[in-house]
Amino acid sequence: MFIIKYKKIFIGISIGLVILSLISLFTFGLKIGIDFKGGALTEVYYSGEIPDQISVVASVKEAGLGEALIQPTGENGFIVKTKDLSEPERVLLFSALNLGDKYTGEVKNFSSIGPSVGKELAKKAIVAIILVSLAIILFIAFAFRHVSKPVSSWRYGLIAIVSLLHDVIIPVGIFSLLSHFKGAEVDTLFVVAILTVLGLSVSDTIVVFDRIRENIRNRFSANFGETVGRSLTQSYQRSINTSLTVILVLLSLYFFGPSSTKYFALMMTAGMFFGTYSSIFLASPLLVLTEEWQTKSSRKR
Amino acid sequence: MWKTRITALVLLLVGFSVAFFVYKTEPNLKDSRLSTSWVSKVLPFNEKPFKLGLDLSGGSHLVYKADTSALSGQNIKDSMDSLRDIIERRVNLFGVSEPVVQIEQGGIGAGGEQKLIVDLPGITDVEKAVAMIGQTPLLEFRIKDTGPQNATVLADGSVSLNVDENFIPTELTGRFLDRATLEFDQTTMQPKVSLKFNKEGTDLFAKMTGENVGKIIAIYLDGAPISTPVVNEAITTGEAVISGNFKAEEAKLLVGRLNSGALPVPITLISTQTIGPSLGEKAVDDGVKAALIGFLIVALFLILWYRLPGLIAVISLMIYAGIMLSLFKLVPVVLTAAGLAGFIISIGIAVDANVLIFERVKEELKNGRTISDAVSAGFSRAWFSIRDSNISSFITAVILFWFGTSLIKGFALTLGMGVLVSMLSAITLTQIFLKSINFFKDNKFTRFLFSSGLSK
Repeated sequence: MFIIKYKKIFIGISIGLVILSLISLFTFGLKIGIDFKGGALTEVYYSGEIPDQISVVASVKEAGLGEALIQPTGENGFIVKTKDLSEPERVLLFSALNLGDKYTGEVKNFSSIGPSVGKELAKKAIVAIILVSLAIILFIAFAFRHVSKPVSSWRYGLIAIVSLLHDVIIPVGIFSLLSHFKGAEVDTLFVVAILTVLGLSVSDTIVVFDRIRENIRNRFSANFGETVGRSLTQSYQRSINTSLTVILVLLSLYFFGPSSTKYFALMMTAGMFFGTYSSIFLASPLLVLTEEWQTKSSRKR
Repeated sequence: MWKTRITALVLLLVGFSVAFFVYKTEPNLKDSRLSTSWVSKVLPFNEKPFKLGLDLSGGSHLVYKADTSALSGQNIKDSMDSLRDIIERRVNLFGVSEPVVQIEQGGIGAGGEQKLIVDLPGITDVEKAVAMIGQTPLLEFRIKDTGPQNATVLADGSVSLNVDENFIPTELTGRFLDRATLEFDQTTMQPKVSLKFNKEGTDLFAKMTGENVGKIIAIYLDGAPISTPVVNEAITTGEAVISGNFKAEEAKLLVGRLNSGALPVPITLISTQTIGPSLGEKAVDDGVKAALIGFLIVALFLILWYRLPGLIAVISLMIYAGIMLSLFKLVPVVLTAAGLAGFIISIGIAVDANVLIFERVKEELKNGRTISDAVSAGFSRAWFSIRDSNISSFITAVILFWFGTSLIKGFALTLGMGVLVSMLSAITLTQIFLKSINFFKDNKFTRFLFSSGLSK
């Protein structure tokens, strides 16, 4: 099996991608959306004449609502981001967007989220991430509770977790690029995407590992590397196909679905892709690598 | 063998009727021919459209913070409950269809902050929505300005009043009302509204009635007189009865409004979200489009790659989609854009189990088994992988549901339901269908049908 033969190359690719993602994450950072930070987002569309961006910016500035970020959206609209607005402030902003009744703007989407609400949601999100991670680690521990030779079962679990981290870090790295260049923001859906990827990609790894243990039980070969290679040959197609169907619907969601779930679909596609990649090209090679180290060190003794 | 085939046929029919239910209960899609046919006479289909979340239907989502700092313990819960009831009544009075008013207790790290969440479908004017919630009906007790009385007492004891008469407001307002209840007169069975003042109100009312014996006291609601009883004697019990010519319905409404006179705790608006109906409509259209295209691509992939079993998996997948959609209607599940995404992803996941099974079947065929043996072995051997790969997704869905803002709950619910229903449909339905067509002789052609991918 070529994957086992060139395992160091594939592991290297994964390490490289993870490092690139981390570099991108730390240089560009992630923009936090109003879901977590608090703030207001107003989407206004004009019928008839459309004011130019400069005059909208000026008019909103005049309203004195603090810093405002204004971007055009669609053919006849703007997205206005400000601090969270109280009811009188909202009225002020809406009338500022009409530029003294010269234009008729219709606000089609308005959200103002108080900072305390955002803070609470952020806390909840962190708790959810911790809970999902714990649940998945417990699930991995459960799935690998039977001791197997030559690699002890906790190593399977550890490698499964390492590949999970890989599956999450790379999409987050991609998102930091989107965040920097396209203004994508971390919102609740971002957290949901990460958690769903965790749930979906761990099963891929477990399916491959299950196969390996089955082949060890059936004493397919005395050589661990060969056993893993054989297991990969048997299972890579279904790993790819099960993820492929999910990726297909996700791409459909990205290209045709509602605009609110676009980044979500993209994040999940990346997560599914790298989740499948890691279960074939990272987890199993790592397993063989640790077995080789183990044998070497026991020989030294 | 025939038993399996009959089961398969029955399942197909059930699947068809499930899809028919979804179609038939959708008001927009209703075909006039269908609705007038005999079917609608035999089967009582009430219209049961999908329940759309605010982001799809358009509407307002308001979050209020309740200031409960002056209260403690059980009192907080009680006043939050009554706050919810009051707001609910206010919203209901304005005829919003299916408003949702709920209390959210500040969880972890929120310092026990109490919040009130109000969802108003169809109300896209923030100003109107905020006004609707914030509006406190003003109940006033006015006394007549000194001067001649133009009111006449009719024969039956009720009073007719010239509204132009100059009544002046007193200190006594709905603020001092403890509660209002709907009662019926024991003899005439006329509905009446009885009021109970709090201590301060009782004193005020006693003083006011004492000073106005034989005169009219006008009860005003939002600046209009609703009842103008004549005072017979000073009332010191703090109880009053408004007995106008109410219809029961009117009296009930009045009681509701009176009880919502004052909020038990002050509230402040901390979050507002309003989605215009046109954006929501577009999101629904896009979501449906994405679901259909996603389904078609997956179906195409299954048929091209897995051939005959693939085709059968597509049929199971269709029944799966039908079951899910009717569950959305029956439970009912509030569909949001995220919920739609969850459903669309679940279409992809639903095939997982079938892919696992078919790959196993293929292996068994390679090992020289006959088609029917391979199918049986494939199903039983793939079970553990299917179970394992679904458990983790299900765990995630459950935790996400708990994490839940309404947005996330929608996603978690559709995904979690999808995982459960798909395990059932992918395993049982596909198996029964596959076994029922298992009449092929084992030859090159049928082996081709059961192989997959690029192999011949």
